[in-house]
Amino acid sequence: MKRAFPILWVVTVLLLAYGLYQALVVAPTEATMGPVQRIFYYHVPCAWTAFCLFFTNLFASVVYLIWKNNKADSLAVASAEVGVMFCTIVLITGPIWARPVWGIWWTWDVRLTTTLVLWLIYVSYLMLRRFSDTAQTPVLAAVLAVFGALDVPLVYFSIWFFRTQHPQPVMGKGGSLAPAMLHAFLINLLAFSVFGAMICWSRFRLETLKREVEQAHAMESLGGPGVPETTSLPLSRSAR
Amino acid sequence: MSSFWPVVSATLAKDIRLEWRSKDALNSMLFFSLLVVVIFSFSFDPNAEESRQIAGGLIWVAFLFATVVALNQTWARELKNQVLDAYRVSPAPPNGLFLAKALGNFIFVILLEAVMAPLFIVFYNLRALGPAWQLIPVGMLGTWALVVNGTFFAALSLRTRSREIMLPLLLFPISIPAVQAMVEATRILLAGDGSARFWIVLLLTYDVVFTTASLALFGTILHAE
Amino acid sequence: MNATNFLIAAYVATWVILGVYLVSVVLRFGKLRQQLRELGKK
Repeated sequence: MKRAFPILWVVTVLLLAYGLYQALVVAPTEATMGPVQRIFYYHVPCAWTAFCLFFTNLFASVVYLIWKNNKADSLAVASAEVGVMFCTIVLITGPIWARPVWGIWWTWDVRLTTTLVLWLIYVSYLMLRRFSDTAQTPVLAAVLAVFGALDVPLVYFSIWFFRTQHPQPVMGKGGSLAPAMLHAFLINLLAFSVFGAMICWSRFRLETLKREVEQAHAMESLGGPGVPETTSLPLSRSAR
Repeated sequence: MSSFWPVVSATLAKDIRLEWRSKDALNSMLFFSLLVVVIFSFSFDPNAEESRQIAGGLIWVAFLFATVVALNQTWARELKNQVLDAYRVSPAPPNGLFLAKALGNFIFVILLEAVMAPLFIVFYNLRALGPAWQLIPVGMLGTWALVVNGTFFAALSLRTRSREIMLPLLLFPISIPAVQAMVEATRILLAGDGSARFWIVLLLTYDVVFTTASLALFGTILHAE
Repeated sequence: MNATNFLIAAYVATWVILGVYLVSVVLRFGKLRQQLRELGKK
């Protein structure tokens, strides 16, 4: 698996480059919105990637709660962090797109608000992981992830109803997509999905390495010589 | 399981007795609540007709802050006397302890709201144009929504650094749908602008979902250490 | 056209955020590998 790592990165970069070319050059300019519409080729794939990563975190958290598998916890950390990063991109490119097209930076529509709340929940998740330095942090974080997952449908539903009561400007994506646009969109969707998975994998490897180093530190302070075999003992985070 | 309700009532009775004996927390919180209302009234001119529109939001934001300050005191006493360790070792069901704590907090916060609400009514010249009795279930369900998750997250953040700020950091995002429901329901009832039924049902759903989740997972976080 | 500036801003913002994050991951990797090497020597 590890051999494939560099090759897959090359593939990823090529896909992203092709996607960029498609988005900026090949795809036709949209009639109503103009060139600004091209932000769509980045904004939506990033949103899709972010949601996939958050779902991965939920999955990993549940696996951890049931089986206490440390790899699951490492995956939870990785997917949360990378997910927040992609979600940040979504929340920044969204208003940048909305301003010239619809004249407003923000609107409390269902998609945008749910994305914001998801971002808030996962930032609080990362804060919990940062501020909690003990051996039970993985369990606490996993429980928080479950609470967050329970919350999301409620958020969606409450905003949806609010919108039916208080109609606000609709920030749609414009009309149907021409075939060339759809092509560009799908390429970028694939490119960002692969990109997100690769960054998550990298972050996962980083997390695994970090735990190895902590184990080594711990063994060293216990007086044992050299670097031990990696065990699956969860240890408290000592030096950062 | 048969010891669940006795544990709840015993713990709740103990907490109320302790709180009543010292009255410190109670007095300081009551004064804090009064101050919050006064400051809000200065900041948002209550003479405008818009006050009926925004009062819902103002009241619940004020309640939210009072709740967070009250919740932060919840576990401090337990930690101080190492009562938490005793609970972990005892055969008493842990979610019994949780429910007792949540109920205790609920009573405490309702008390604060009972002080703040009349003050808001006075300062903002409020009068409900809709069915005013519905404000009671809104108040109860809304407060329980904040308190049940607040008590859970207070326990969750017990052993974290900066424990006091950790609680609102975790609580606020998760509470967003509940807060929206409370504020909208209150606004609708005050302004007589339609039916608050959807929001009340949403609050009820929120309460059921998160009370169940908290009761189910409290044991996990208590025994995680 | 003014709108094109927004387009550029959005793409630049995306890549800046991604770039900063990737760089931080790589740097953390380097630091940890170094720590592991030092511990191995002892």
